[in-house]
Amino acid sequence: MIQVQNLKKTFGPKVAVSGVSFKVEKGEVLGFLGPNGAGKSTTMRMITGFIPPTAGEAIIGGFNIVDNPIEAKRLIGYLPENAPSYADMTVLGFLSFTAELRGLSGVAQRKAVDRAVEMCFLENVLHQSVETLSKGYRHRTCFAQSIIHDPEVLILDEPTDGLDPNQKHEVRTLIRRMGEKKAIIFSTHILEEVEAVCSRAIIIDRGTIVANGTPAELKRRSNQAGAITVRLASGSAKAVASKLDALSGVDHTVVLNESPAAVRAFPRKQTASDDLARAISDLAGKEQWSLLELHTEEGRLDEVFRNITLPDTKSSGKESK
Amino acid sequence: MKPVITIAKRELTGYFASPVAFVFIVIFLMLSGFFSFMVAGFFERGQASLEAFFAWHPWLYLFLVPAVGMRMWSEERRLGTLELLLTMPVTPWQAILGKFLAAWAVVGLALGLTFPMWLTVNYLGNPDNGVILAGYLGSLLMGGAYLSITAMTSAMTRNQVVAFIVSVVLSLFLILAGYPPVTNMLVHWASPALVDAIASFSVMTHFESIQKGVLDSRDILYFLSVMVFSLFTTGVIVRTHRAG
Repeated sequence: MIQVQNLKKTFGPKVAVSGVSFKVEKGEVLGFLGPNGAGKSTTMRMITGFIPPTAGEAIIGGFNIVDNPIEAKRLIGYLPENAPSYADMTVLGFLSFTAELRGLSGVAQRKAVDRAVEMCFLENVLHQSVETLSKGYRHRTCFAQSIIHDPEVLILDEPTDGLDPNQKHEVRTLIRRMGEKKAIIFSTHILEEVEAVCSRAIIIDRGTIVANGTPAELKRRSNQAGAITVRLASGSAKAVASKLDALSGVDHTVVLNESPAAVRAFPRKQTASDDLARAISDLAGKEQWSLLELHTEEGRLDEVFRNITLPDTKSSGKESK
Repeated sequence: MKPVITIAKRELTGYFASPVAFVFIVIFLMLSGFFSFMVAGFFERGQASLEAFFAWHPWLYLFLVPAVGMRMWSEERRLGTLELLLTMPVTPWQAILGKFLAAWAVVGLALGLTFPMWLTVNYLGNPDNGVILAGYLGSLLMGGAYLSITAMTSAMTRNQVVAFIVSVVLSLFLILAGYPPVTNMLVHWASPALVDAIASFSVMTHFESIQKGVLDSRDILYFLSVMVFSLFTTGVIVRTHRAG
């Protein structure tokens, strides 16, 4: 549905996006991650046709956004960053206006507006002007605009920014539900959101894709992934750690808590973590440890994110100063 | 064509939701009345014509029209709604035309509300209504020309004040190029052909000839070409620095 090939954008000498390629099919929700200034918004702006790419192309449902902008834009619903809307209009007026621009009129327009209002919980503020609304409502108004024509492609730039936790939850549920039938790209800083909503995630840093996979795959790239945590009701950590170190599959151990003992054992490269878990459980039986917890770490997305992007954010921070 | 109307409708509601349109209309009516009665001596002339009324329009529009048009694009840029508008299935020229027509309609409405002037001269004497109609048409075209220049400057910046000042300066140039005190000064050191050439760029020259009741296609073409050129340039500007 969305096909992005080698998309590039330079602003003068500054390279904002350098060669990004990916595909999103119907039924997929793609999370777009990256530090601030990594090129997320620029990429989205190129896909939605707001700024022309320096090189490369974006094809939406078979239409090239540069060559057939109107046809391509018809398929897209777009929530820009900071959710802009016309401050002097009422919510109803604004949504009717966008519906009309989308070619909806009469009964179809009213139905589309009603549906979007209901999905974004805007009934209470329908006749208020946008400038009097709180940030959360303003954001949802713009979100409603993006889904008003029930688009096949939805591009959301930080859709949960500025919402309270309940609203965040609602929006995530909405995205996940719509993701069953649409191709969705959304950018976010919130990593838990990626795990909750995305079927796939891309990490972008300094204009290039540095990681691309399902949230589970990405998590597996974490240092913690596959480590076995052991927590006992009593006993000293040192004794437990030395016993664990003695196991053949253990590369090294880290003490999490002295007493009562909590130790994390990292497997050697060639050892599967399930095998190690089994070995540790055998050991626990033999030593008659009173186990409270024995579990395999899945890895953490924020750690993966930091490992991939941290050195770069530091240096790019210096450049901008 | 439909998106043009949709956008124009939205712009018009925007003008009337904020005080912009009302302030413009009231000030325009007050000032045009003041200038034609108090300064230009509407009654003292003893003529059944609206010459005294129209003569001030180039100067009134100079400040009032940029005030109407300055928000046209700079506001979109400042609020970020430009991104919304240009990712809708509309072409940039549809947006440009829709916005321009809405602002022009506000100017036209203000101009239309001066109809008591027309009633007055018809009550007092027997004016040539054809000349008056031509005057209104010329005034409307001139307002459109100023407005298109304002649209262009408004697209360049997100700051309305900058848009206002730049468009006043550009419009002032268009007035002065054909303003008698300026052309009289130029005559001393430039060839008459050059002075005429410069004056032909002026709204004054063309507005005055329409105002006399001469509907020359060259004059109409002049105003239309100012509009087409400015709006075309607006399109280029909107397209090239969209992200800014």
